[in-house]
Amino acid sequence: MINIKGVNKTFVLGDSVVHALNDVSLDIEQGEYLSVMGPSGSGKSTLLNMLGLLDRPDNGQYLLNGIDTFSLDENERARVRRQEIGFVFQSYHLINRLTAWENVEMPMMLSGVAPRERKPKVENILEKLGLARRGHHLPNQLSGGERQRVAIGRSIIMEPSILLADEPTGNLDSKSGMEVTEILEGLNRDGLTLLVVTHDNVMGDRAQRHVRMRDGAIESDHRHDETGREHAAG
Amino acid sequence: MRPVDLVKFTFLALRRQRFRSLMLLVAVGLGVSSVVVLTALGEGARLYVLGEFANLGKDTVIMLPGRKETSGGMPPMTGTAARPLTLHDADVLARTVPGVTQVAPMVMGNGPVSFKSRERDSIVIGTTGAFFTMRFMEIGQGSNFPEMGVDEGRPVAIIGQKLKQELFGSTRAVGQWIRLRDYRYRVIGVLAGTGDSFGLDLSEAIFIPVASAQTVFNIHGLLRIMLKVGEHYSVEDVKSRVERRMTELHDGDLDVTVISPDAMLSTFDDIISVMTLGVGGIAGISLLVAGILVMNVTLMSVKQRTAEIGLLKAIGAPAAQVRLLFLSEAILISIAGALAGIVAGALLVYTGRQLAPDVPFTTPAWALLASLVLAIGTALLFAWLPAQQAAEMEPVDALGRK
Ligand SMILES: Nc1ncnc2c1ncn2[C@@H]1O[C@H](COP(=O)(O)OP(=O)(O)O)[C@@H](O)[C@H]1O
Ligand SMILES: [Mg+2]
Repeated sequence: MINIKGVNKTFVLGDSVVHALNDVSLDIEQGEYLSVMGPSGSGKSTLLNMLGLLDRPDNGQYLLNGIDTFSLDENERARVRRQEIGFVFQSYHLINRLTAWENVEMPMMLSGVAPRERKPKVENILEKLGLARRGHHLPNQLSGGERQRVAIGRSIIMEPSILLADEPTGNLDSKSGMEVTEILEGLNRDGLTLLVVTHDNVMGDRAQRHVRMRDGAIESDHRHDETGREHAAG
Repeated sequence: MRPVDLVKFTFLALRRQRFRSLMLLVAVGLGVSSVVVLTALGEGARLYVLGEFANLGKDTVIMLPGRKETSGGMPPMTGTAARPLTLHDADVLARTVPGVTQVAPMVMGNGPVSFKSRERDSIVIGTTGAFFTMRFMEIGQGSNFPEMGVDEGRPVAIIGQKLKQELFGSTRAVGQWIRLRDYRYRVIGVLAGTGDSFGLDLSEAIFIPVASAQTVFNIHGLLRIMLKVGEHYSVEDVKSRVERRMTELHDGDLDVTVISPDAMLSTFDDIISVMTLGVGGIAGISLLVAGILVMNVTLMSVKQRTAEIGLLKAIGAPAAQVRLLFLSEAILISIAGALAGIVAGALLVYTGRQLAPDVPFTTPAWALLASLVLAIGTALLFAWLPAQQAAEMEPVDALGRK
């Protein structure tokens, strides 16, 4: 479903040029569970932003479900993000003045879905994420784990085909981090393609496919089969 | 996005920045209420003047001494003439010009009026009985001046209601003798009600036959002559006949000005309408100031909520929607401010009416509408730039900034 080929992205900071993505090629199948790991500054977030159509690479090719994303204008990219892509960020990015319920509901509200149709979906998702009794709380009345679960609820309410998570457990203690990880994996088992950027080796190792990055390039890319043996992907 | 959701989302955002929202609301409210109040003043003045002229009736023309061009400018209210108007002129017009059914020559002055030990300085108007019918003034007690020639002086007087109260209290005035300067007059009538006219309170005036007044003030000329036009005659025709007759009487010189109330009215109406518009424009400027505030506040809002803008974009809100979200904040607050301003302005106008019951202060409907449209338009115009800035942000940049 995702095919990128020879993608480059550079940032110019003063008179130094940072090669954040250096000739990156990657193919991801529907339903895969990937972890992207690597040292800080190796280009993980840049890759994720590019996959999520939040950022444009300098060159290369990016096909999403067969569509050449380079040919889309900003409105069409917004539509693809709305329909196909869910984001989970390290810092949750919840809107503080809205309740948990309203945060989860927001993508549907922005899309003009009628409240009658929104209600059962939000209810269902909050229930599934163990937030049934938290719906009317504001983000600052929730724990970090709960906030991240609200953010996950928001990311899946439009039923995307891929979920992009950038250090989703980075701000959480290990217990709530594990809860969040298990929720994400559950979603993957239901068919959602899952890409997790993480620093956490434990979390990274749980994925079926491990991508390692260094200096903007993919250093290694391994699939784990059921027996736990590793072999190169692609 | 559904309108209800948009309003709710916007409302929550505004509530979050309460102080800023309130500041904006007050600024827009002040602008709108000043439009409401200032145009009410202008409109009140216009209606007041219209009302004054309505007292005259459409079938009355006024002749003033001296020649003034009336086209365009203010009509002459007082004249300094080369040749004065005389009672003889009035008499001739009444007798010889077809269409003139009544004449009321007028002389005006001031003098002390006394009854027993009470004395009041009051306006003295010398005229004929026709004056009261032409001005639609009613004699409450007693009667109008008896039939007599215009040049006949008789010691009789009609007094206004207030003057009657001041001199006689609750005792009967009709039949009593009062003194004006060195002359004595018998009160034969008391006016009913009050009557304001061009700022003169006629209920404080004393009316005596015009020839008597000329004697009292030792003058020969008249202030003006009011002429009533008969039912089936055209006012303009009679006006030009009067002018022709006066030219004959004054040796071939047209040295009088004859005005019909219609001409005067439309001149006044024009002048005051322009004034109201100007005053409304000044008030509109205060809305412009509010607009600049709208721009700054929206700019601040966009700066502070950059991460939120990034999120909106990440979850797929198109640029136009992001713009709409920020625009609607400015618009919602402007509508609220405008409504508050209209209510506050209406209260002020109401208070003004209590304080000056004679002036019909009313905000014209067009001013209400214009202030609303202006408030919303200002918000749109000034919030557009910052909202557009939000709409055009790169999602990844917006998300990254805190
Ligand atoms: N907006 C930007 N401007 C300049 N440099 C950037 C920007 N975003 C990322 N970079 C640089 O690109 C490199 C990769 O960044 P990033 O993808 O965030 O790394 P990671 O997520 O792996 O820590 C880093 O050197 C970072 O400093
Ligand atoms: Mg990163």
